[in-house]
Amino acid sequence: MMRRILPLALLLLAAPAAQAQQNAQEPAAGAPAVQAIAPEVGAGRGGTGGGQQPVTTEPQAPTGSPTPEASQTTPPQPPTPVTPIPTPAPFTDRGQSDAAELELRRALRGGMIEGAVTIPNQTAAVLIQPEGRDWRVFRNSTLGWTGAIAVLGMLAALALFYLLKGTTQIESGRSGRSILRYGGLERANHWMVATSFVLLGLSGLNLSYGRYLLRPLIGAEAFTSLTFWGQAVHQYLSFPFTIGLAVMLAVWLRENLPTRTDLAWLRAGGPMARGHPPAGKFNAGQKLLFWFVIGGGALVAASGYLLMFPFTLTDIAGQQWAHMAHGIMAMLMLAAILAHIYIGTLGTEGAFEGMSSGRVDYHYAKEHHRLWVEQEMAKAQEVVAPPARARSAGAD
Amino acid sequence: MARLKFLCDADRCIECNACVTACKNENEVPWGINRRRVVTINDGKPGERSISMACMHCTDAPCAAVCPVSCFYGTADGLVLHDKDLCIGCGYCFYACPFGAPQYPRVGNFGGRGKMDKCTYCAGGPQADNSAVEYAQYGANRLAEGKLPLCAEMCSTKALLAGDGEIIAAIYKERVQRRGYGSGAWGWRTAYKEGLAV
Repeated sequence: MMRRILPLALLLLAAPAAQAQQNAQEPAAGAPAVQAIAPEVGAGRGGTGGGQQPVTTEPQAPTGSPTPEASQTTPPQPPTPVTPIPTPAPFTDRGQSDAAELELRRALRGGMIEGAVTIPNQTAAVLIQPEGRDWRVFRNSTLGWTGAIAVLGMLAALALFYLLKGTTQIESGRSGRSILRYGGLERANHWMVATSFVLLGLSGLNLSYGRYLLRPLIGAEAFTSLTFWGQAVHQYLSFPFTIGLAVMLAVWLRENLPTRTDLAWLRAGGPMARGHPPAGKFNAGQKLLFWFVIGGGALVAASGYLLMFPFTLTDIAGQQWAHMAHGIMAMLMLAAILAHIYIGTLGTEGAFEGMSSGRVDYHYAKEHHRLWVEQEMAKAQEVVAPPARARSAGAD
Repeated sequence: MARLKFLCDADRCIECNACVTACKNENEVPWGINRRRVVTINDGKPGERSISMACMHCTDAPCAAVCPVSCFYGTADGLVLHDKDLCIGCGYCFYACPFGAPQYPRVGNFGGRGKMDKCTYCAGGPQADNSAVEYAQYGANRLAEGKLPLCAEMCSTKALLAGDGEIIAAIYKERVQRRGYGSGAWGWRTAYKEGLAV
């Protein structure tokens, strides 16, 4: 309260004092009284110094009886001529560029325009994200072409390979005896991963190509239902797929560690080699596939879970990257698994039995995985006829 | 036919969020979904600006281009609308949209996001105009009644303009010429592949 009153009181005190000072100066200057009453408008205030005074001829109407006619005939006139005072740029406009220019710059740099929002959804604070355009190109063009080339290219290559080489026969014929290659756990796990992979692959391909291939055939509504259920299948089967990969890693890790034999196998020409270069339980090609599936599967699973729980760990750019990694890796895995399916069925006589019944023909095993068979035989020998030192004490 | 657009005059927007509220009320938008939002850039700093943003109804719309089930369609007025009966809620349109317009009610398993919801320019959807079904799915169809989107109609500072692109651009240009400054039409370069030269 005191703060407000104090300046007011000072003003009241100062006003008469100033008037007294002016009165005292007047006779001393000896100038005409008019000049003192109406000082000239300074040039700094926009006046040109022409001596024209602001017109103040507005009649003083007594309170309560307005005379509108009088005020209309003589509207208040601004001092003329007036040099226009340019409006200063507002505070908000300084150092800021045009929206279109800003957008273009951000787009070229690949940055987004971000701000603050007052709603709980903080991802809404991104005003413009130009990367969406790059992602669109990826989804509609890059991924589509990559997938088509990888999958169709692989199918064509396999067809060509089959025509040239045909099924690799068991050279010494079937022996009639078999050897256990994959146990129950290995097979069950393999087929769990395999079925989920096929369904994941088909539902994924549907997301990429369905609108071009299936939608015109079955109609919009049917295609939506199919894709909706495909999406559900894709999400639920991600769990058996991921768990299966982990089990695969645990079960087959030791046999898939690289050895010197693998180098020799690859140097001999791998699948193109004449005859069969020696190999353990898995040859170098199988080991490469194993590590490709484990590594690619881990990437696909990780990016897939990011997409399944959107914006929990990542922002919009992270989601786009997750989708890109997921799509490309999945397409490459589809191509690789196509080759795996070919080699395991049509390409090699006697290979499929290993994954169906678990037992392969002895001759097949000896030709394709000689070192493994020798190892197994040595183990069997130990059981049948243990070496002398292993005899139980007190037997003789 | 007119080419309907939105234009937000950022030098007039006072971040009152009335457009957001108007949209929510007019269209009975579910909780947690914002068809329109106000983003303040440089908040609290020199050059602070607020921009009201919703679906810009882009030319050559990215959402429509990436949709795996092709649920988007364009109208004669240049609007980008979608059919919720065809949408599967995959979220692809959100990844492609430069303006973050698509919204998803969080329902269903995992990140399953339900049918996408976005600004319809108060023009409803593919159902019969102003039917109960259309209202339940898409909200009001003011356009069929000859009215413009409510957000723009009730903007207190007339910062948000809706209508034929050429007309609202002319209004904006006149404003800029009168007051001597303007930060341009936000999002126009991205949405319509054209800036707004003043």
